[in-house]
Amino acid sequence: MATSRPSPAAALPEAFRQYDTGKFFDEMMAPGGTVRPHYQHFLKHFGAVSPADFEAKRRAVDLAFLRQGVTFNVYGDSQGAERIFPFDLVPRIIPANEWEKLEAGLVQRITALNLFLHDIYHEQHILNDGTIPPHYVMSAKHFRREFVNVKVPGDIYIHICGTDIIRDDKGNYLVLEDNARCPSGVSYVLENRRALKRTFPEIFEAGGVRPVENYAAELLKVLNFSAPAGVAEPTVVLLTPGAYNSAYFEHTYLARQMGIEIVEGRDLLVRDQHVYMRTTKGLQPVHVIYRRIDDDFLDPTVFRKDSALGVPGLVNAYRAGNVSLANSIGTGVADDKVMYYFVPRIIKYYLDQEPLLPNVETYLASEEKDKQYMVENLDKLVVKAANEAGGYGMLMGPHATQAERDEFRTRILADPRNYIGQPMISLSRHPTHCEGEGFAGRHIDLRPFILYGEKTTIIPGGLTRVALRKGSLVVNSSQGGGSKETWVLYGNH
Amino acid sequence: MLSRVANSLYWMSRYIERAESIARLVDVNLQLLLDFRSLDDAALDAHWLPIVQSSGDEDLFRKQQPRTTGQSVTEFLVFAAENPNSIVSSVGQARENARMVRDQVTAELWEEINRLYLFLHSPRARELWRENPSDFFRTIRNGSLLIQGLTDATVVRNEGWSFNMAGRYLERADKTSRILDVRHASLPARGLPTAAPSQADALGWSAVLRSCSAWDAYKALHGAEVQPALVAEFLLLSDEFPRSVRFCVRRLDGALRSISGVAEGRFCNDAEKLAGRLLAELQFSTADDIFDIGLHNYIDVAQAKLNAIGDALFQAYIFQPFQTPEEHELRQQEEQQQQVRFPVRPPSA
Repeated sequence: MATSRPSPAAALPEAFRQYDTGKFFDEMMAPGGTVRPHYQHFLKHFGAVSPADFEAKRRAVDLAFLRQGVTFNVYGDSQGAERIFPFDLVPRIIPANEWEKLEAGLVQRITALNLFLHDIYHEQHILNDGTIPPHYVMSAKHFRREFVNVKVPGDIYIHICGTDIIRDDKGNYLVLEDNARCPSGVSYVLENRRALKRTFPEIFEAGGVRPVENYAAELLKVLNFSAPAGVAEPTVVLLTPGAYNSAYFEHTYLARQMGIEIVEGRDLLVRDQHVYMRTTKGLQPVHVIYRRIDDDFLDPTVFRKDSALGVPGLVNAYRAGNVSLANSIGTGVADDKVMYYFVPRIIKYYLDQEPLLPNVETYLASEEKDKQYMVENLDKLVVKAANEAGGYGMLMGPHATQAERDEFRTRILADPRNYIGQPMISLSRHPTHCEGEGFAGRHIDLRPFILYGEKTTIIPGGLTRVALRKGSLVVNSSQGGGSKETWVLYGNH
Repeated sequence: MLSRVANSLYWMSRYIERAESIARLVDVNLQLLLDFRSLDDAALDAHWLPIVQSSGDEDLFRKQQPRTTGQSVTEFLVFAAENPNSIVSSVGQARENARMVRDQVTAELWEEINRLYLFLHSPRARELWRENPSDFFRTIRNGSLLIQGLTDATVVRNEGWSFNMAGRYLERADKTSRILDVRHASLPARGLPTAAPSQADALGWSAVLRSCSAWDAYKALHGAEVQPALVAEFLLLSDEFPRSVRFCVRRLDGALRSISGVAEGRFCNDAEKLAGRLLAELQFSTADDIFDIGLHNYIDVAQAKLNAIGDALFQAYIFQPFQTPEEHELRQQEEQQQQVRFPVRPPSA
């Protein structure tokens, strides 16, 4: 009797039998419909959850987030509406061997970036010997001339970095951008984990998932480490723009986890280049400020004059070395998408190593040859403004109309310094619960959080964002994105 | 503790207490109307207007509502977003303050405040109110009691707790006095009431007691016969009943002392001085003293004193002068120079 090999789909739980990976790299399904080894344990348990059960659990999680106020505010909404960041219950899983590579690459990257920032704010070797053309740094929007030759504690510029990582159609991990100013999203990492543990305790049992809960403790260590010299027991505070900021939930969450005060600009004042907070017992000194406010708003006497969020005199206190800021002032230059182009060179220059995590191939509009290529191939490229974030100021060439492409061509030619181009990467996809479709593939990215203090720590996991709209490549919460749990395993399956 | 945080905790607790008091007041008076046979406009007005007056927002009410009916008063006191002291506004304010200090309130406490807020903004709230007002008000009251219970059961007894308590008891003292004041029109301006109250008045006074959850406690002490003088004495001077003005002022005084650490009989700021004085006065007064002055007058003065304590607390702990005197002078000079350089032209010019 002829036995035909059972199709791999037959072994799948009912809900995944129709699952179509399309022509993309799928995180869970290998080509041919077999489940990748590191998803097998999860799927065995997850498959036992009935659709009705799943639906009930999904609603319960959404309701719990709303009740706890795990929400973000939508700018320009007159109702001041708070929304929950949609959370998909199917976790993204990374095996130990892949995570090790990611970790090594991220440590290498933040180390090089900190050396680079120290250099450009001091001796400027990398500019003087022409490794990076000086005009690129000098013209960077977030380069702070005022901070040249200012010593910062431990020479650390970026204490906390959120680096966005994607996978291409072959499954290669690539760095998409660095967020070296005030990266946000880590509270979702922690809250999502709590929610999923409550929802599927049985899957976590013996699942071999590495914990992420010590993030706040590690962050506090970094902040304490960056205290001004001679302060044995520093007072650390978190400086927030206030309750109406979209990330306010995260600010209170982290402050509470660390057991530090959360302050607004109006709670602080500067006397004789020392920072104090107003308390019911009078003024008390502050030594370290974990600031969640951009440089521009920190101090109205130095940066934006109209800012009411900042603290007058703060920058002078910082220059005098009486208070530390995390991250330091002037790190935004590393976020500049033109500087991103040079990061592989920066790694080679300071560490004499090849980059472990490659960049996405990038064209600089201010290089004549690249510009030529860019304007002729706009229909193949993603064009980004050098200093925009959140999916704004961007052209998705292949999906754009001719008019949009023409507009960007004009913009690029008028201000080449401000634009880069990248080939359209077809991001990896992940099974995601979709209304009316069951489980379907959606594009994802990954933002791990890197802490740089006495040592470099990366919590095993990160924020996996998912583009919930069918076919969309934009994962930002403001544009129909959601989030997933990220599991890093102790082993490889 | 940060001054701003202390301020938020204080107001969070005041607004929760306020919402609960309004819920009691409206609920009891809606039920009271069921005891009357028929009421014309004038009678309705006489019943509801003092209740609006007790909230201190009569002018605003007149602007928003053409008629004084159970419907319009409830709308105004419960749902009106334009009334800063309505239940919806109060719970919204409490939540806003809690949100400002999310890191300082326990997760359980925040979730309960948030739950109450979400309930009031859901369609279910109005549905329940139409179908069964009594259940609706019980939901509000229970929400507040749960929040207070959670506060008692989960909050660390630190400075923040003391500001929380100061807010709770200051608000409660104020509200008890206001509820008591609702029926003052049936009393002589000065002196003890001579005649026994009419049946309608007796019902009104028992509603006052029930609005303060004091009916059972009063009965246990004085029997079922409701005498206005005894009600007033009970709600103002009882040392044991947890909603009496005296009890609340004693707790307020205790909270203020635990903030500063100053011993009883002494003071280090105006808030403590004023609270100590008011407490002594309540401790060494009798019903006769109160009715000599007249109940309404007495309550008026007491409310002014409570307000003064609130203001002094703000001055002592929350609002610290942001500048040194020299800086202040400099700024004034600058402002004056600005005026010289940019004179404001009269509108006719």
